[in-house]
Amino acid sequence: MAEEKKVVRKKIEATVQMNRYMSDYFYELNEADKTRNRKIAWCTSVGPAEILRAMGFLVHFPENHGAMLGATRMSTDMIPIANASGYSPEICSYLTADVGAYMKGVTPLSRAYPGIDRVPRPDVLVYNTNQCRDVQDWFAWYAAEFKVPMLGIHTHRGVKDVGDAHVASIASQMKALIPQLEAISGNKFDMDKLRHVLALSKECSTLWKKVLDTASAKPSPITFFDGTIHMGPAVVLRGTQTAVDYYNLLLAELETRIQNKVAAVEGERFRLYWDGMPMWGRLRDHSDLFAGAGVSVLASTYCNSWIFSAFDPEDPFNSMARAYTELFIVRADDAKEAYIRRMIEFFKVDGIIYHDAKTCPNNSNCRYGMPQRLEALTGVPSLTINGDLNDLRLVSDEQTKTNVEAFIEQLEEK
Amino acid sequence: MKDSQPVFAGIDVGASRTKVVILDREQQIIGRAVVKSGTDFEAASRQCLTLALDMAGRTAGQIAKAMTTGYGRKNVAISQESKTEISCHARGCYYYFPRPISIIDIGGQDNKIIKLDESGKRLSFKMNRKCAAGTGAFLEEMSVRLDIPLEDLDGLARQSLNMVELGSFCTVFSATEVLEKIRQGKKVPDIVKGLFFSVIKRVMEMDSLSEHVVMTGGVVAHNAFLVLMMEEMIGRRILVPEYPQLTGALGAALYAMEKN
Ligand code: SF4
Repeated sequence: MAEEKKVVRKKIEATVQMNRYMSDYFYELNEADKTRNRKIAWCTSVGPAEILRAMGFLVHFPENHGAMLGATRMSTDMIPIANASGYSPEICSYLTADVGAYMKGVTPLSRAYPGIDRVPRPDVLVYNTNQCRDVQDWFAWYAAEFKVPMLGIHTHRGVKDVGDAHVASIASQMKALIPQLEAISGNKFDMDKLRHVLALSKECSTLWKKVLDTASAKPSPITFFDGTIHMGPAVVLRGTQTAVDYYNLLLAELETRIQNKVAAVEGERFRLYWDGMPMWGRLRDHSDLFAGAGVSVLASTYCNSWIFSAFDPEDPFNSMARAYTELFIVRADDAKEAYIRRMIEFFKVDGIIYHDAKTCPNNSNCRYGMPQRLEALTGVPSLTINGDLNDLRLVSDEQTKTNVEAFIEQLEEK
Repeated sequence: MKDSQPVFAGIDVGASRTKVVILDREQQIIGRAVVKSGTDFEAASRQCLTLALDMAGRTAGQIAKAMTTGYGRKNVAISQESKTEISCHARGCYYYFPRPISIIDIGGQDNKIIKLDESGKRLSFKMNRKCAAGTGAFLEEMSVRLDIPLEDLDGLARQSLNMVELGSFCTVFSATEVLEKIRQGKKVPDIVKGLFFSVIKRVMEMDSLSEHVVMTGGVVAHNAFLVLMMEEMIGRRILVPEYPQLTGALGAALYAMEKN
């Protein structure tokens, strides 16, 4: 029988340290939740985390929790609970998984971190619609549930070039948060603190970019699937020294791998770019599927979402406004297209996988002819796979496998 | 003696039917068979292989190399080697039509559009999404709902004078729509032609087509009228290989020969 090849995964040593940092982060939040000794803010993954930290909040990211629900495959049981209460199966499955889990009174945090039995309760919810509208509706649900204030930044979407008018608008919205956050936190806003947090966040961003850029080496020392795990600190700990320390450690390990020509995927035959979100509940299967065929999926738009090159501690509000609006997800298709073209060249990829995630149109970039246009321009072939980030009812493993294998056969024939 | 020469087997274990092609060294099809896949892929593939070998007048011992393909390609012990049905259909079609082609394969559970360049190299491929809309499963479901044997659909569609168009994507909703049409007093042949048309629409939504179009798959093999309808739709002749249901198995046999 045509047996599947067993895949030996090369462990990234730094993971142990990351797990420690992540564990400290969650226990600190849990402590604050229990004792209310610190104020807690919930923030969207590319929301104004730096402002919140500078004002003394501990920050919880519901999307991170959503991803944990996905990765533990709890999500598919939670989503229907939210569906039944009027949140459609067609909308963000982070939202539906997270709200469903809350309704059921469960969290993956308690499996991973003994003693934590619930998600930390917020004192305030702060979103930025730069990524999508769903985050606003998501936070609105909790604002009503916990009877806490919800604040938001409304970003222009589908932006081709980020101009001064965009920056001015977002910067003023960010500034407008301050008096409200002062009232909630009881702390006075301190510009120097913000500069400090922003400097750390910028350092984190620079290091995270360097980490991801190591994938341009042949063979690549890291895969996209590794990236989705190791981006944890860049999402939840940016603006802290801890995140900086972590990425220094990880970068050093990956650079050593490059020097020693250590490949993340043994015998790397082809190099692929992943566009869109991971299917969290299938991360390992997908990693094995590609690695087993000697294919390294080594770079992605998704992991790059936490690179904020424009951050400038000398000009905090304008630079944050720019950085959070320059993100890929905020942009028009022509800007996205130019971006992916640069990625194809930089990472020297042989093909692109587009994940068309049913419940996240915002991260699915294959719906307006992009694969066809890019293929015509670059000659780099692509494959679109249908699935979802969290809702495994929308994932067909057999279809995915056949599509991926057929795509690899196509690359072999080239 | 010719009968003692080695042969090559391609086994296409589809979700609905298992197909086998036996090729001789001159790449001639000397044996072929189709059986229901059922739930035991192993048994189905053995049975199918035996039938095809019988037709070829050969024994299993004479198989120099075998290759599996299709949905159950990794579930059968006959061969250690497999290739996806995408590659095998492409290979099988190019064997008949060595030119740039767009292949439309309408199978029991999925549809594919595969594009090849003049050298047979694959340019792209698309498979339908998870849903059964527009596949053989859709027609099977409808034949049950209408209480018409599957093999009668083609003949009925040909009798249609005034096709009834169906609007829904979804197999279940289409079934409701069909019942509604019957209540409205529409004629069965007109509804059946509408079902065929809906298969064509689902396929046409998947990808654009290049100049030379080839149609394959079990649905095509049993419903030649579907090809005529498609020709009318795209305004040009469509190429259909000798055994439309066997192109995957043929491709697998050709790969087996190449790998030997
Ligand atoms: S970007 Fe997509 S996955 Fe993220 S919160 Fe919005 S809809 Fe959900």
